[in-house]
Amino acid sequence: MRDTTQTRIVGTTALRKEGHDKVTGSARYIDDIALPGMWHGATVRSRIARGKIKGIRFGAGIAWDEFVIVTAKDIPGENCIPLIVDHDQPVLAETQVNHPEEAVVLLAHPDKARLHEAVAAVEIDYEPLPVVFTIEESEQQQTIVWGENNVIKRFLVEKGDVDAAWQRAAHIVTGEYHTGAQEQLYIENNGVIAEWPESGGVTIRGSMQCPYYVHKALLRVFDLPAEKVRVIQEETGGAFGGKEDYPSMIAAHAGLLAKKAGRPVKIIYDREEDLAATTKRHPSRTRYRTAIDKDGRLLAMEIQVDLDGGAYATVTPTVLSRATIHASGPYFCENIRIRSHAWATNLPPHGAFRGFGSPQTLFGIERHMDQIAKAVGISPQEVRRRNFLAQGKTTATGQEIRDPIDMPGMLDRALKVSGYDAKHARFARENATSNPVKRGIGIASFMHGAGFTGSGERYLNSLVGLEADATGHITVLVSSTEFGQGTNTTLSQIAAEALGLPHEDVSVAQPDTQRVPNSGPTVASRTTMIVGQLVKNAAEALAGTLQEKKLLGEKFTAEEFRAACAAYTERIGALRAEARYQAPKDIFWDDAAYKGEAYPAFAWAVYVAEVAVDTRTYTTQVVNFYALQEVGRVINPLLAAGQIEGGVAQGVGYALYEKVVWKDGRMSNNQMTNYIMPTAVDVPNIEVFFEEMPCEHGPYGAKGLGELPHDGPAPAILNAIQDATGVSFTSIPLLPEDMYLRMAETAETVGSEK
Amino acid sequence: MSAAKMQLAEIRFKVNGVERSVSVPPMKRLLDVLREDLELTGAKEGCGEGECGSCSVLLDGVLVNSCLVPVLQVCGCEVLTVEGLAANGALAHLQKTFLELGGTQCGICTPGMMLAAEALLRKNTHPKLDEIREGLAGNLCRCTGYMRIIDAVWHAAHAPLLAEEQAEIDAVRK
Repeated sequence: MRDTTQTRIVGTTALRKEGHDKVTGSARYIDDIALPGMWHGATVRSRIARGKIKGIRFGAGIAWDEFVIVTAKDIPGENCIPLIVDHDQPVLAETQVNHPEEAVVLLAHPDKARLHEAVAAVEIDYEPLPVVFTIEESEQQQTIVWGENNVIKRFLVEKGDVDAAWQRAAHIVTGEYHTGAQEQLYIENNGVIAEWPESGGVTIRGSMQCPYYVHKALLRVFDLPAEKVRVIQEETGGAFGGKEDYPSMIAAHAGLLAKKAGRPVKIIYDREEDLAATTKRHPSRTRYRTAIDKDGRLLAMEIQVDLDGGAYATVTPTVLSRATIHASGPYFCENIRIRSHAWATNLPPHGAFRGFGSPQTLFGIERHMDQIAKAVGISPQEVRRRNFLAQGKTTATGQEIRDPIDMPGMLDRALKVSGYDAKHARFARENATSNPVKRGIGIASFMHGAGFTGSGERYLNSLVGLEADATGHITVLVSSTEFGQGTNTTLSQIAAEALGLPHEDVSVAQPDTQRVPNSGPTVASRTTMIVGQLVKNAAEALAGTLQEKKLLGEKFTAEEFRAACAAYTERIGALRAEARYQAPKDIFWDDAAYKGEAYPAFAWAVYVAEVAVDTRTYTTQVVNFYALQEVGRVINPLLAAGQIEGGVAQGVGYALYEKVVWKDGRMSNNQMTNYIMPTAVDVPNIEVFFEEMPCEHGPYGAKGLGELPHDGPAPAILNAIQDATGVSFTSIPLLPEDMYLRMAETAETVGSEK
Repeated sequence: MSAAKMQLAEIRFKVNGVERSVSVPPMKRLLDVLREDLELTGAKEGCGEGECGSCSVLLDGVLVNSCLVPVLQVCGCEVLTVEGLAANGALAHLQKTFLELGGTQCGICTPGMMLAAEALLRKNTHPKLDEIREGLAGNLCRCTGYMRIIDAVWHAAHAPLLAEEQAEIDAVRK
């Protein structure tokens, strides 16, 4: 097929496929859809964190006979949402609740306005049970709230001999770092419509990332064969991981109500419910003890990672996996030990959010590298330069870096484009004056593994289909969903490139489990790299079919391709090709020892943040932000830059604005008025730079990039704040009140033992 | 008090240049009237409390959160929604710049964001970058980091349409 370096459409800013519908307001999101005879559903949730359910009472003043009421007893199949840990999270709590806002009773009524007071009138009687709300409480294992010991998952990664290294150290630097929960805050809340058509089974339409996750969950809940569950993704107004696993829950709820009501039921959460009841990023605590030689080289790293998983496992085991593998950062060290635990608490389950564990541990390592620099007496950039991973070196899991990488070169370029040296010197000079606004500049260097961890892609076994009609128009058949990232556009570019067609000649089918094969979930920065490669393979297979029938030559024009499609369709029939995932031969992973090739490829980055801290008000403004990354071949520069900028903005929020306030296990600031995300005036000027080193595992050399930009901003910003104020802040989010309290203290949490 | 128990009122107002009349509870939110009674679903509900701006519309040229406006208040007024930005299928300049310069990703904030931009550009035809940021500060976007939106608004204001593009739009508008 075509040369992978010379491309016509890959590498261009092809127009967003569904963009026209989005700018005209005609794109149909789930709440824009109404089915005939449709009712509305609502959820009665637990108001306590943990307790036995003693009874459910339906209060006076409500015409209950007008409502459809569903409890756990109405579930025809199993009362669980299966994902990673089976028989863990129930669809509806029956005997016991384990977190605030856990679903217990469902109501449906034709008039949406009547539901609010009905939900409030349902009284649930409890016998309260002891609770744990933090990692610190859970790890005491005094009160057991999950399994036998509160441990949802643990990993141990061992490389070399950590224990023998301490005595050789010139410096031993320790540090403890904390990150808070973060809400995905997609602007479109969770929502679905369920119906039981006369043809049988259940049909779900909704806002989601992973139609086949919902499909798998509903088979069990409704005890139905695969062909009787149909899941359709509608236009989805943002997701960021927040619509990875939760849609299975709301789909099950709507399905139960629709079954009992005998009519379609729509459930749309309002913002308060979505914030209080659905998943957030896992809070974390990371501890580093590092042995350093006199030149600032890492001799050993002893790392402890602890995540708060909330009340049920959901995706926590895989979040902990990614957190663990990224905990040693983009650095080479002979001796590494990482012990990680995910602890159960009585908070609502924490779940997927862009980065999936890596923003937590990369915050730890990247704050810690600045403390190492300080202890050794070298600059933050120099300590990084002396420790970077390079081709031929191995990661913590023993994965040899085979792709060419150039972190020192990227660091140089990032320092240059940000004007780092001159700014650093100027800020130091100016900060010594009486000006209450202190300026600083900080760096974070990091990597992000693309695709599922270890043997994950092999297990997913993804399948992609491609159809051509008689005019030569191509339809890509994937379960990979569009929720803003550009899936439709980039996959179309790849197919168009492979077949020599214009971008307009390719479209992506609406994800519908009755129509599209399972190309895996739309998560883990895997869509462009893994699914994109399958789209390319399927396109090549499609052309191959035409060539086998002598309808097409080895080299062909778009006109010849269209003529061949017309001939094939007329003489032979429907023209369709498939491609299934084949694991690269050199990828080996040992799940027991947690060793091997964790990811087929990593994206690499160096980010620089420039801040101004007002020491009167303790407010921090990020003034400029420079994001340089190596993501393999960039398929669509405009969409790729949009991904980076959006991720950086979320990272700014993670660092400085977005605090979930917990009260007795419940989010108490569950409104957009008091959970604050960055606005257009809060986001700095973001300059995006790409390095492109084509990767052999991705289509036309592409690697995954979606999650990468959320990993770097928080540590870069806090490193800049340390540069500005001289204070090492170790916990995010860092709001003005947090900064005030910390600056009022004198003790340093980061110290040097030698 | 539930909507069913409320008395209905006849409310007349102009939407996207067309005279409309609805018979609804007078305190019903303008957002719900647009979406449910007039089937104009471009305005979205993101928060229901005037924070996110995804329900933004222009009310007599002024940017409002339609989730905070009782429909009674729009009697005799003129409302512009995203559906009224394009003329006879031809995208407005602002819609084109949003589309071509990456101003829309998931698209859920886009209708409100474009109306905030429209309101800004009606007051200030050549805004500076800071003025654009200020003008959009009431509309939240979680996808873009705002950079491409700011870029789209700047280009809509400062980069005039090519002559043939304008001719095309004028032809359709006739």
